[in-house]
Amino acid sequence: MSGQALRHDDQGRDQLGRNELGQPRMRLAMRPGAWLTWGVLAFFFINLLGVITTVVLNSVGRQWFSTWLPTGWTGSWYSEAWSEFNLGQVLIATLEITLAVVAVSLVIATPASYALARRSFPGKKALSILIALPILVPPIAYGIPLATVLYKFHLAGSLTGVILANLVPSIPFVVFTMTPFIEQIDPKIEQAARVCGAGTMTVLTRVLAPLLVPGLLAAGILVLVRTFGMFELTFLTSGPTSQTLIVALFSAVNSAGIRTSQSIDAMAVLYTATMAVLLVIALRFVNPTQLIARTSD
Amino acid sequence: MTAVAAGPQAPAPDPGTVRGRVALTHRLAERGVDRVLLLAVPGVLALVALFCYPFLYGLQLSFQPAHGGVLGAYRAFFADPFARKSIWQTFALAIPASLINVGASVPISYRMRREFRGKRLLLAVLVVPITLGTVLTAEGIGEFYGPAGWFNRTLHLLGLSSSPVKLTMNYTGVLLSLVISGFPFAYLLIHSYLSGIHPSMEKAAATLGADWWQRFRYVTLPLLAPGLMTTFCLTFVMTFAVFPSALMVGDPDGSTHVISIEAYEAALQRFDYAQGCADAMIMTALMLAVIVAVTALRSRLYTGTTGGKG
Repeated sequence: MSGQALRHDDQGRDQLGRNELGQPRMRLAMRPGAWLTWGVLAFFFINLLGVITTVVLNSVGRQWFSTWLPTGWTGSWYSEAWSEFNLGQVLIATLEITLAVVAVSLVIATPASYALARRSFPGKKALSILIALPILVPPIAYGIPLATVLYKFHLAGSLTGVILANLVPSIPFVVFTMTPFIEQIDPKIEQAARVCGAGTMTVLTRVLAPLLVPGLLAAGILVLVRTFGMFELTFLTSGPTSQTLIVALFSAVNSAGIRTSQSIDAMAVLYTATMAVLLVIALRFVNPTQLIARTSD
Repeated sequence: MTAVAAGPQAPAPDPGTVRGRVALTHRLAERGVDRVLLLAVPGVLALVALFCYPFLYGLQLSFQPAHGGVLGAYRAFFADPFARKSIWQTFALAIPASLINVGASVPISYRMRREFRGKRLLLAVLVVPITLGTVLTAEGIGEFYGPAGWFNRTLHLLGLSSSPVKLTMNYTGVLLSLVISGFPFAYLLIHSYLSGIHPSMEKAAATLGADWWQRFRYVTLPLLAPGLMTTFCLTFVMTFAVFPSALMVGDPDGSTHVISIEAYEAALQRFDYAQGCADAMIMTALMLAVIVAVTALRSRLYTGTTGGKG
């Protein structure tokens, strides 16, 4: 409708009107800018692809010194990495830690996000700041005091210590993901259920829970991805038996010495593959922007 | 008379207090304080126990160094030129990296604000570097940009350089890793802010005869500015805390000896917890100072409606 109105305008507005509708004229005028945009993005993606491909190729190459491609291919680095870095145990520890963090942070933080979404009360702003702080303060900055405290209580190095440390950024993250989900559930639905005689338990299990399942899934997967990739906190608080895959990877690189870069890269590829699977699952449930911030829709 | 009056008055305090209590809970409930708030207690307790308590514990520990008095650890940090320089080196990495990430994201996401085929795929691919994690990114950068890596080989093939350009194990390597993991982050955030600005605003400006630059400069940019500030803050926090890549593709004993490495080495390599906590406190204070400055700037900007999503 607006486009029609514009077309009846003078010459300059005619062009603008068409521009807004995304007609060919605009593409011609914008060509250098569009080329530049796509060029920068393409350059970024080429570099990104190069970074990932190099690691993948190196992990299946026999030798790779000063050629474009490795000389000869082998899968033995994987079995070597598996036994050398004790990956079975590392993967089990990673699984235990991430699942525990997801479960505990969902259980603790979902009720809190319900309270925050449904009530406005004095001090709510202060509470929101308290919840935002662990996301704002760098993990290293609060990780060092936290590790010190965990050492004091003899929890550092254990699975419990790593789980506790990873809860710190996860709880705020669940709150920030869940609050918009809960806000969009009309409170009248709960009130209607109560009018019809439902008790608190029934409202929770029959009304709220089914409506919250998408939000819980999204928040859970996001926390899973973040905990899996969380390096600093796990690094500062883990011991030999409680390392996650990413920390084991870092230790392998940093104490490289006798280790071949190929078996380290094999481990890195395992990490990436796991992350890719998690990512594909995550993207089925959430919008990409949610992976990094609270939803703004 | 008095006895009769006393009779009904005897139980009076009881309903009185009950009414008082009811009134209090009622008054509280009117302001939003009722039993629903109890739901927030476990989460708040967990954060207090796992975040506030360790932080305050670290703060008081930082005032109890082995020697040097109350402020000994802080004095030691600022007296050591190597440690002091880490502040400058952190900012020298964090500010350019954040500016590059935010600066490149604005034109690109502005260009791509409309729907087009494959947009969801593009966004999905952009998530990849975020999920790769810093360790794998650093490992890949070391091999891709290394002296015998593909990047230098391509430069050589194109005749752009005769000898390999040193891109890793120095400042450039860390900057590259910060851009690779930080640019998608900034892009996705700015993209979500841009898609929250209703297209009708720009259409209205176009109706009034504004060309694309005027529409961007006077309509979109002011509406986007608060989002830009937030993105800058979040990107800055990420780059300010650069740690694994500064160790792996940087020069941790030289030009990329950032403050997080200084704090880590003090706490977990020299086991000087007081010094490590002091370094962490300095780091937090610097970062909060930047965030407060940016937020103060942000509060002076327009914060009204952006028209919502169309």
